[in-house]
Amino acid sequence: MTCPVPNQDYDRILLAHGGGGRLTQRLLDRLFRPAFDNELLATRHDGAALALGADRLAFTTDSYVVRPLFFPGGDIGRLAVCGTVNDLAMCGARPLWLSAGFILEEGLAVDDLRRVVESMRRAASDARVQLVTADTKVVDRGKGDGIYINTAGLGRIIAREPIGPASVRPGDAVLLSGDIGRHGITIMAARDGLAFESPLESDCAPLHEPVLELIADGLPIHCLRDLTRGGLAAGLIEMAQTTGVDFEIDEEAIPIVDAVRGASELLGLDPLNIANEGRFLVILPERNADAALATLGRCDVARGACRIGRVTGAGRGETILRSRRGTRRVLDLFSGEQLPRIC
Amino acid sequence: MKYLDEYRDADAVRRLAAAIGRAATRPWTIMEICGGQTHAILRFGLDELLPPEITLIHGPGCPVCVTPVELIDKALAIAARPGVIFCSFGDMLRVPGSRGADGRAADLMAVRAAGGDVRVVYSPLDAVALARANPSREVVFFAIGFETTAPANALAAALAAREGLVNFSLLVSHVLVPPAISAILGSPDCRVQGLLAAGHVCAVMGAAACRPIAARHRVPVVVTGFEPVDLLDGVLRCIRQLEAGRAEVENAYARAVADEGNPHARRRMEEVFEVCDRSWRGLGRIPRSGLRLRSAYAAFDAERRFGVEAPGAGEPAECLSGLVLQGLRRPTDCPAFATRCTPECPLGAPMVSAEGACAAYFRYRPSHSRQDRGTILKRGAAR
Repeated sequence: MTCPVPNQDYDRILLAHGGGGRLTQRLLDRLFRPAFDNELLATRHDGAALALGADRLAFTTDSYVVRPLFFPGGDIGRLAVCGTVNDLAMCGARPLWLSAGFILEEGLAVDDLRRVVESMRRAASDARVQLVTADTKVVDRGKGDGIYINTAGLGRIIAREPIGPASVRPGDAVLLSGDIGRHGITIMAARDGLAFESPLESDCAPLHEPVLELIADGLPIHCLRDLTRGGLAAGLIEMAQTTGVDFEIDEEAIPIVDAVRGASELLGLDPLNIANEGRFLVILPERNADAALATLGRCDVARGACRIGRVTGAGRGETILRSRRGTRRVLDLFSGEQLPRIC
Repeated sequence: MKYLDEYRDADAVRRLAAAIGRAATRPWTIMEICGGQTHAILRFGLDELLPPEITLIHGPGCPVCVTPVELIDKALAIAARPGVIFCSFGDMLRVPGSRGADGRAADLMAVRAAGGDVRVVYSPLDAVALARANPSREVVFFAIGFETTAPANALAAALAAREGLVNFSLLVSHVLVPPAISAILGSPDCRVQGLLAAGHVCAVMGAAACRPIAARHRVPVVVTGFEPVDLLDGVLRCIRQLEAGRAEVENAYARAVADEGNPHARRRMEEVFEVCDRSWRGLGRIPRSGLRLRSAYAAFDAERRFGVEAPGAGEPAECLSGLVLQGLRRPTDCPAFATRCTPECPLGAPMVSAEGACAAYFRYRPSHSRQDRGTILKRGAAR
C-alpha cells in the first residue's frame, strides 16, 4: 500500500474530546494517564481510594458546564453536588466533605447565581455532605457560559472489600438501578435549536443512600459505576476493557421509558449512549443479586432496580448485547459527539 | 411503543426468518439501497438470521457517503470564513475533506475548533431562523441528501425567498436514487438480483417511481421500511419473486408509502430545484442524477455567493469506498478496515456516517467482523 498512515490525532481539542466516547478515551490514554501515571490512577475507578493510617478515604473531582443552567428536574448546582457525591458513593464511601470552584461570567444575573447556590445547599443537605472550602473567579463576558462549577469530594470508605473494576468476577450479576436516558434527553429538549417538547425530568439525584444500604446489609459488592457521560454503554465497556472480563447484557431487560425511546428514535440516538445523572450499576455475586435488588427497591432513587445481565468470563473484555430475536451484537463506544456538554 | 414494538417483535422476526429459509432454494443476492437499512440489519443482527443462500449487499443510499469530496472542501472553505454561521446535519461534521500536504484531512469539527462558527441543526428551517435572528451574519445550510431531505430544504429556500432574507444560502449537494441504482445495475460487475428500495425515498417519490427500474433491469423491487420486521418482510417478498421468476414492484411499507408518493412534497421540490448532472463520491459522475437550485433561486446558492473553488480533490488511494458503495466489496474486505480506517480517523465517508456501511460493521460487531473476514471473502468468492 502506498497510502501513508494517516495522522491519528486532531491538533486541536474538539467538543468530541469531552463527549465520553472514543476521543475522550484516546485523550485520557495518550495524554493524561502517561503524564500522571500512578497506581491509584491506574485503577480507573470513579474516584481514588486513599489509605491514611487506619482510615480509608475516597477522593474525587468533577467539573460541570451544563447548558442550560436550569432544566426540568435540576440545575447546574444540584448536578455539581450530586455528581461528586455519586462518584464518592461508587467507591463504597460515605460522602463527607465537598469543595467548590465557581467560574462566573461577567454579566451573570446575581439572582441566577443565588438560585444555583440555594440548590447546592439543598442537594448537600439531602446528601448529608458539607461544602467546606470554595473559590470564585470571574471571566470576561463571552469567555464563559454563565457559570462553570468544579467540585471535589472526600468520603470515608466503609465497604469492607475493595470496590472497583479489579474485583469483578465471572459469574457476577449486573444490576441497574433504574430506567436510563432521562437526563440526556431532558437536556436536549431544553436546549434552544431543538424544537421538541418532552414530559421528562432529569434523573439527577444523590446515590449515596442505596450504596450505604447495600453495604449495611452486608452485600459483597464487587463494583459500582454511575452512568453519566457516555451512558450505560460507556460504563459497561470501560469496566470490561479495564478488567478483561466479558459482559453479556439482555437488551430487553434494560428499562427505558417511552418518552426516552421515542425521542432517541426521532434524533437517531442510542439510549445506551445517553447520559444519566442518577443511575448506577451494581456488580456482585449472582447468589446475592436478589437480596441486593430487594435492598435497592427500598430506596426511592433505585426503586426501578433490575437485573440486566452477567459477567460471562475472563475473555476479551467485550460487552455483548443479546436480543430476544436470538441475535448478538458487540457494544462499542460511539465516536465523535453524541450530546455535547450535558453534564 | 406503537409503531416500534410490533415491528421489532421477536416472534414475528423468527417467523419471517423461517419463512425466508423455506422460500430460498438457491443462492440470491439482494441489495438494500438505504444506509439506514444497512445499519438496522447490522444493529439487529438480521443478516445472522438469514439462510446461507441469501447474501445482502449494501447500497449507495447514504447521503453523507456519496457527497463528493470537492463539496466537503467547499463546505470547509465557507465554514472557515469570518462572519459565516455554517449549519449542517450532525453527520457531516466528521467527514474528511481532501488531504493537505501534511497528510491531514480537515473536517467541520476541526474548522469549528479553529474558530469557525459551525452549528448542528436538525432541520433546515432552524437555519432559516438563525438567518432571521442574525441579520449581520451569513447563514449557510449544507443541503445534502436524497429525495427525502430535498423537499424540506426546498421549503427553507422558498421561505427565505418569501421573507426576503438576503443572508441565507444553501450549499446544495442533492442526489437522486434512481439514476444511481440504474448505474449500479447496468455495470457488468453487478451481482445484484433484487432490490429493497428505501422506504422514506418512496414516501416522497411513490412506489410507482420504482417501476421503470424493475422493468428496465428485470429485477424485483420491494419498497421496504427500516425495522427488523419490515426488512425481513422485504427480503421474503423479494426472494419469493426471484424464486418465481417475477420482477415487479411490491410495497412492503404501505404504512408510509403511497403508490403516488407525496405530490405536495414533490411540487415543493420542483419549484426550487431542477435536475442536473452530479458527481457521487465513489461512483463518479452520473448524468441527471442530482438537483441544483433553479435560476429563480440562484441568489440562495452558496457556491455562487462565496465563489468557492475546490482545489483538486484527493481521495486516499487505499479507501475502497467506491466499491463498497456499489456493493462490489464488503467493508471488511478493505485492508484498511478497523486498522488504518476507523470512525476517529476515517479514510472515507462510509466509516463516518450514521448510515455508512463501514461504520455499521465497525460499530455493531467490532471483533466479530474482523474474525469473520475470511468467511465473508470466501462466501463472496463462491458466488
